[in-house]
Amino acid sequence: MAALVELRDVVKHFPVGRSLGEIVRGKHPAVRALDGVSFDVGSGDAVAVVGESGCGKTTLGRLMLKLVEPTAGSIAFDGTALAGLAGESLRGFRRQAQLVFQNPFDALNPRFTIYRAVAEPLLNAGIDKSEHMDRVASAFRRVHLPDLDRYLDKYPHQLSGGQLQRVVLARALVLAPRFLVADEPVSMLDVSVRAGILALMREIRDAMGLSAIYISHDLALVRYLCERTLVMYLGRIVEDGPTREIVRRPLHPYTRALVAAVPVPDADQLRQPLPIKGNVPDAREPPSGCSFRDRCPYAMPRCSAETPQLRPAAGGHHVACHLD
Amino acid sequence: MILEVDGLEIHYDTRAGGAREVVRAVDGASFAVPEGRIVGLVGESGCGKTTAVRAIMGVLAENGRQAGGRVVFKGEALDEAATRKLRWRDIAYVPQSAMSSLDPVYTVGAQLVEVLTKRGNESGRAARARAAELFDLVGLSESRLADYPHQFSGGMRQRAAIAMALALKPSLLLADEPVTALDVIVQRQILDMLRDLQQRLKLSMVLVTHDISVVAYLCDDVVVMYAGQVIESGPVREVLARPRHPYTMGLRNAFPDLMSDALELVPISGSPPDLSDPPPGCRFAPRCPFALSACMTGSAMVARGSDRTHLSACLRDDEADLLRKAALDPATWLRSSNFATS
Amino acid sequence: MVERAEPVVPARSNWPLLPVLRRMAAMPLRDPFAFTGLLIYVLFVLVALFADHLAPLDPLEILFTKTGKLAANVAPSADFPLGTTNLGRDIYAQLVHGTRSALAVGLSAAVIVASVGTIVGLVAGYFGGTTDAVLMRIADMALSLPFLPFVIVLTGFLGASTSNIVLAVALLLWPNSARVIRSQVLTLRERAYVEAARVTGASSWRILFVHIAPNILPLSFVYAAIAIGWAIITEASVSFLGFGDSTSVSWGMMLQDAFSSQALSRGQYAWFVPPGVCIILVVVAGFFISRGYEEVFMPRLRGR
Repeated sequence: MAALVELRDVVKHFPVGRSLGEIVRGKHPAVRALDGVSFDVGSGDAVAVVGESGCGKTTLGRLMLKLVEPTAGSIAFDGTALAGLAGESLRGFRRQAQLVFQNPFDALNPRFTIYRAVAEPLLNAGIDKSEHMDRVASAFRRVHLPDLDRYLDKYPHQLSGGQLQRVVLARALVLAPRFLVADEPVSMLDVSVRAGILALMREIRDAMGLSAIYISHDLALVRYLCERTLVMYLGRIVEDGPTREIVRRPLHPYTRALVAAVPVPDADQLRQPLPIKGNVPDAREPPSGCSFRDRCPYAMPRCSAETPQLRPAAGGHHVACHLD
Repeated sequence: MILEVDGLEIHYDTRAGGAREVVRAVDGASFAVPEGRIVGLVGESGCGKTTAVRAIMGVLAENGRQAGGRVVFKGEALDEAATRKLRWRDIAYVPQSAMSSLDPVYTVGAQLVEVLTKRGNESGRAARARAAELFDLVGLSESRLADYPHQFSGGMRQRAAIAMALALKPSLLLADEPVTALDVIVQRQILDMLRDLQQRLKLSMVLVTHDISVVAYLCDDVVVMYAGQVIESGPVREVLARPRHPYTMGLRNAFPDLMSDALELVPISGSPPDLSDPPPGCRFAPRCPFALSACMTGSAMVARGSDRTHLSACLRDDEADLLRKAALDPATWLRSSNFATS
Repeated sequence: MVERAEPVVPARSNWPLLPVLRRMAAMPLRDPFAFTGLLIYVLFVLVALFADHLAPLDPLEILFTKTGKLAANVAPSADFPLGTTNLGRDIYAQLVHGTRSALAVGLSAAVIVASVGTIVGLVAGYFGGTTDAVLMRIADMALSLPFLPFVIVLTGFLGASTSNIVLAVALLLWPNSARVIRSQVLTLRERAYVEAARVTGASSWRILFVHIAPNILPLSFVYAAIAIGWAIITEASVSFLGFGDSTSVSWGMMLQDAFSSQALSRGQYAWFVPPGVCIILVVVAGFFISRGYEEVFMPRLRGR
C-alpha cells in the first residue's frame, strides 16, 4: 500500500548573506537545514522526529505541509507531488494536512474570539456557514472542552495554556484532516498540564485514524506517543526505528549520546560522562562524509571520506553509520 | 545553613483590568539551604519560585514588595536596601534570561573584566587573568574571551553568564532555570559543570526549575512550591521516591520516564489558583483527589513530618504511605473530574 | 453526556477591524494628553464649521472707516477684535476663516499619507521580493528630496494652490509611515497565527487584511496625526515664504502679510501672534494624539 507521505532526497538550503570576499570567490554559503532526507509515513502511523536545535526537524515539518519549498528532492502526499499543487488542488491539500503549534499563546490571533479562530479553517475552505457551528462543536467535543458556551466568546488571553492548546487542536481537527504535524506541542505548557494534552493527542489519533508526525526534542515524551522515531542530526536522518528499540538499544553514536543525556526523575540515575565530544558544528560548513564524525567517539578514517546511508540493522532499525 | 527563608511573603501590586489588586506571589514560604549543598526549587509557572529567588537577591520588579517574613544569610537577616551590596558580592544570581542579557556590542571578555574591575576592584591585568581563570572554570576556552555574544552558542552563553556570576567569589549561587532553553546534550554538560563547580568551589546553590528530572540529576535537596507556598521539602532521594504531598505525587506521574514501558501519563486536572484571590486553607485542595473538608478551610499550612528533614504541608501526612499507593493508580486522578478544565 | 441545546452562533463581526477601531476611538478617553489634543481639534473644527457665524466679515474685504479712510492697522477694538491689516482687512475674520484652510490641508494630507503609507507598507512587507524592493526604492527617492524646496518647486510647476501643497506634502511624507509599517508587517508575518492561517488555506490577501492590517492600524493613526501637523506647518511655511496660494486665507498668509508689512516693528502683535499660536496649538494637539496612539500600539510605553 502506498504511503500517505513520501519524501525522496529532500534538500533545503537557506542562503545567507554573503561577505564581499565570498561574492568575489563565487561562493554561495547557505545553512544546510536538510541534506538529503527520504522516508515514508504510512496511513495511521505516528512517527516522531527528534533531534536538537539545528537538526532540521522544524524545517522538515514545514516542508511536509508545503509552508516552505524544498531546494531539491520531492515530497508527495497521497500519491500527488506537493510541488505541483496550486489554487484549488492546494486548498484541497490544506484541508487534509494540518499543523499543531508549539506556542499556544501565539498560535491564535489575539483579536479573534475562540469561535472565530476555530471556524477560520472552515471559512477558508469555503464551507457553508450553516455547517460551521456543528463542526466547531464536534471539534470541541473531541478535545474535551465540552461547555462550548463558556469558550466561544472568549479571547485567547482569557484562557490557560492547556485550554489554548486544546483550542489549537480543535482548530486543526475541524476540517477532519488525515495528516497532522505537531511541532513541540507541549513544550510550552506546564508539566502537570502536558500529560492531559498528550493523552488527548493519543486518543484523537486513535479515534480519527490520523497519521501524525511529532517533532520534539524530548525523547521521553515521544516514547509515549509514537511507535516509530527518526533521529536527525545536522539535516540528515541518522537512525530510524521503533521508539522502544531506539531508546533501549540505540545504535547510532549520536542516538546513544542523546539517550544517555536525558535526565530521569530518579535520584539514583547514572551520571556517566556522555559519549560525545565538542559542540554542534556550523550548519553552513558541516564536516565532510558523516556530519557527526568530529564529535563521535568511534570515528574512523572511512567516516570522513564517505557519507553513510541509512541501512537496515538489528531490531528493525535503519542506521546511517559505518560501524557494524 | 547558609541561607534561611522564613515565612517569606512577596506581594505584587497590579492594576489588572482597571481595579487595583494585590497578587500574593509568595505567601509564607520557608526553606533552608545547607552549606555546600545544591537545593532544587521546583514548581510550575506561577508558583512563586522565581519571585522568591528575586526577593532573596533584592531584584524584585517595581511593583513588588516584601510584605512579611525574613531572609537570613550566614546568620544575618537581610533587609531590602542596606544589604544589596552584600547580596551581589556574596550571593550571585543567574537570572532566567541570562543567556540573552549579554550586551551584544561588547566582547564577552570585556563584560567579564568590567564586573571584575568595577565591582571587584581588581586591576586591569589581574582582572584579565581572573577572567581567563573563570572561563576555564566553566569549560570555555580562553581564546573565546575576545568573541562577541552572537558568536557563542546558547550553551556557551549560559556558561559565560555563570562565569560572570562567579566572578566575585560568591558563597551562594542562585540559578533560575539555567538549562531550560538548552538542548538536552548541552543541558547535561551544563549540569555536570555545575556539579563540578559546586565540588571545586564548595559553593552552595539554589537551582530553580520546573523539571524534576533536572532536580533528580543535580540536586541534593528539593523544595517543592505550589501557588506561592512550600508544600514539601527534603532530600531529593526521599522526596522523589517517597513523596508525602499529593501534589508531588501527582507531579511524579506527569513526568514520563524514558526507560519505563508504562504508557500511562496521568494529568492533574484543573489549574493553579488565582493568586490575587487564593482559596482559604490548602491551595491544592481543589485539585487534590484526597482532599477532605478540613483541607478547604483553616489557616495557612504548616510543614509537618515525622522525619526531621522531610517536611510536607499536607493535613493527611500520617497517611502518606497509603495516599502514595493510591496516587500510583491513574483512576485516582481521573475521578477528580470527568473532563479536563485545564 | 447530556445533550445540550444548540448554542447560538455568536453574532459578532468576523473581522476584528471594528473592535480595533472602537478601541482607537476610545483612546483619548484614557490618555489625558491625547484628550487635550482632541479637545483642541474639536475646538478648531467647530470654529471652522461655524466660521461664517463667528466672523461675519469677509476676511479679504478691504474695510473703510466711518470717515471713508482706509481702516488700516486699526488697533484691536469692539468692531475689530484683533485689529486690521495694513490693507484694511479684519484680522479676526482672517484668523477664523484661516482655520478652514488649515484643517483642510492638515486632514487631507493626513488621509493621503496614512492610506498610501499603510497600503505600501502592507504590500511591501508581506509580499517581499521584487515588489518590496521596488516600493522601497521609490520610498528612498522620496525621502531623499529636501522638503520645503520640493514643495516650493512643485507648486511653482503646478500652480500655487492649496491642493497642490497638500499633494506635495503627501508625496514626501508617505515613505516614513510606509517604512515603519513595513517593518512591523515583517514581524507580524512570522507570527504563529499567520502561519496557522496559511496552513488552514487562507489566501494572502485574506491574511493581509484580516490578520495583519488590524494590528498595524494604530501605527497608521500615529502617522496620520503627525502628518496633520507637518502639513499645516509646511503650508504655513510655504505661504510665509510667499509661494502660497494668495487667493485663500490661511494662517501662513497672515504671517507673510504681517512680516512684509513690518508688523513687528510697529508692535502690532495682534496680527501675527494669534496665527502663530494657532499653528502651534494644532501641531501640538496632533503630537499629543499621535503619542496616545503610540501607547495603544506599544502598551509597554505606558506606566505600569
